Amino acid sequence: MNALAQFNIQIGDELTWNVQPILHEVRHALKHLIDSGETAIIDLRSIPLAPGEEQKLIDTLGNGEVHAGLNALGPSEIIETRFAGVWLVTHYNEEDSIIGRFIEITELPDILRSQREDMIAALDALEKQLISDQVPETNDTTSEADQ
Amino acid sequence: MTEVEFLIWVRGPGFQIASVILVAGLLLRLFEILMMGRKRNLAEAKGSEMKSGLRTILSRSLHTSPTRSSAFSQTAGYIFHIGLFVTILLFAPHILVFHDIFGVKWPSLPTTVIDAITVVTIITMFAVLAHRLHNPVIRFLSKPHDYVAWFVTILPLITGYLAFHRVGLSATSLLAIHILSVELLMVVFPFTKLTHAFTLFLSRWYNGAISGYRGVES
Amino acid sequence: MTTDSSHKDMTLGEALRSQGISRRGFLKFCATTASMMALSPAMIPKIAQALEQARRPSVIWLSFQECTGCTESLTRSYSATIESLIFNTISLDYHHTLQAAAGSHAEAARKAAMEENYGKYLMVVDGSIPLGNPGYSTIAGISNVDMLMETAKGAAAVIAVGTCASYGGIPHAKPNPTGAVSVSDLIHDKPIINVPGCPPIPVVITGVLTQYLTFGVLPELDDLGRPKAFFGQAIHDRCYRRPFYDKGLFAESFDDEGAKKGWCLYKLGCKGPTTYNACATTKWNNGTSFPIESGHPCLGCSQPDFWDGGGFYKALSIPTEDITRDIIYASAAGIAAGVAIGVMNKTKKTSANKKHQKTTIDDLEK
Repeated sequence: MNALAQFNIQIGDELTWNVQPILHEVRHALKHLIDSGETAIIDLRSIPLAPGEEQKLIDTLGNGEVHAGLNALGPSEIIETRFAGVWLVTHYNEEDSIIGRFIEITELPDILRSQREDMIAALDALEKQLISDQVPETNDTTSEADQ
Repeated sequence: MTEVEFLIWVRGPGFQIASVILVAGLLLRLFEILMMGRKRNLAEAKGSEMKSGLRTILSRSLHTSPTRSSAFSQTAGYIFHIGLFVTILLFAPHILVFHDIFGVKWPSLPTTVIDAITVVTIITMFAVLAHRLHNPVIRFLSKPHDYVAWFVTILPLITGYLAFHRVGLSATSLLAIHILSVELLMVVFPFTKLTHAFTLFLSRWYNGAISGYRGVES
Repeated sequence: MTTDSSHKDMTLGEALRSQGISRRGFLKFCATTASMMALSPAMIPKIAQALEQARRPSVIWLSFQECTGCTESLTRSYSATIESLIFNTISLDYHHTLQAAAGSHAEAARKAAMEENYGKYLMVVDGSIPLGNPGYSTIAGISNVDMLMETAKGAAAVIAVGTCASYGGIPHAKPNPTGAVSVSDLIHDKPIINVPGCPPIPVVITGVLTQYLTFGVLPELDDLGRPKAFFGQAIHDRCYRRPFYDKGLFAESFDDEGAKKGWCLYKLGCKGPTTYNACATTKWNNGTSFPIESGHPCLGCSQPDFWDGGGFYKALSIPTEDITRDIIYASAAGIAAGVAIGVMNKTKKTSANKKHQKTTIDDLEK
């Protein structure tokens, strides 16, 4: 935690070693994904990580080809790490604090897909948009239904 | 009484009662012995009392005479005594207790080492009990008092191990039970042969002294 | 604070959607909720399904002899999204600190909510209840104990938030001048969930509410009435400094070398080994840190009587009383008694010697 550095709390590399076991778990899950197609999610919140370990883990996973930003109830960041099939999903709230962090071993995290309920609401909104385009007097470009 | 109240009691009044009984009882017995004094020996001294006495305190631990006790008793005895010493005096949380009461402290061993030694000590103590029950002579000589002394000694080892590993009950209860078992040992201590922990210095010295006075080996 | 009644009939899913939250947003909410409830990520679809259908319960929040820290903890909007979502999805019909209404209007609102939702509302309590003199703590002239007993009658369940409501807290500490008791001491006929902590971690409070909403039943509780999902592990079991404890590397005093290196705080009085809470994994301020990580030993604030547990800076293994003084007195007494008995023994021996009569051959032949 960088904020703690100003209080002279050093982040030691030694002695807590939580990074390796998690990477092994990721490796195991990735192999399983390749062999059977089954996905897995690791909740980083549930693991007691020493200050600096989470960052070390994320640095090790690195960045891959995909970097997606989600904007729902605050921003979320979904990146494919440099290991294909291993995604890092970080949820932030409206004040940019992290409220959740997961490593997803999958072909595509579910949250990136367009959701059926949203698509139904979108279809409704699109139809309303088309109707309002056809009526000249009420040429109101702002659609009344938000998604 | 909730488990939290139980823990607060054993850390508070419980420990007070136990330490008072232990210290008062022990000193009472020691001074009772000292007050017996010795009859004046009118013969001329052929050697040094003090030197022989002090030397004997240490030499008795060397078991040089083959008639003392069986190899098993000697080995097992060493193992569990050293085990008790290590687990009681070299475990960081225990050192804190001594520091709080007596103001002195010393370095501790890693808890994984203490953990292993605890297991070895517990096993050895069970072996010692088995030997007592199996050996006809020792069994014949054994009284309830011997079994009580064994029990109050092994109980803190077992409860301490369970408390450390959190087996069965909540951490609060396990810690409270462990401290209570120590208090039981403390309360029973002055009234049993366990006082040998302190009286051994007197008796070994005395044996060495009377031999040394006569100029013979002890 | 009360939302209009039309919202009350919506399911939680509908309520969220009506606030403009997309399904993606809802999934994000469920994922972070699962994380906060320490549930496996595999449960996320189930949570989504359950929350989608859940009804919004009416919640009546009673604040008694408390410092308001629990309410503050909950409403300090660091995790604005989750907490405000919960707030928006439950129908918080009464909270005398947060609501705009006061006095008789507020009490009327409470009575109305109770009647309307009789048997179904959740009663949340923070603060202890003084029994010494009911006048020590009153709201609108009603004593805490009266308000508690009256409101509890129609409650489906009671959630005691904070250590004060759960176990008596600081007012209950020696010598307990107000006669403070906990909710469990007074209510015996309703299910009670204790959510202790001084204050409790905000996501734990909302997590319990969410859990109730998701599953519709009370969570599994431990012997002290706490939800096992959040209070099932001791701090010590999940503390990242555990390897230092195992290696015997301790900080000896604040700000010494060991402390700077982040070594174990056992010697500084850490109550982590006997304290059950989620601080070590869930942490505070949205996962920023928790006391031990910031260098201060755990106080044990989610345990009963933690104020009287022997002092925050006294290690768990150390006795709480002044044993040195007791031993000095005991030594004096023991030595005196030993000497006295020794003297008595000597006297007995001397007098026996004096009384000793020599035996002659004539005595034997008699």
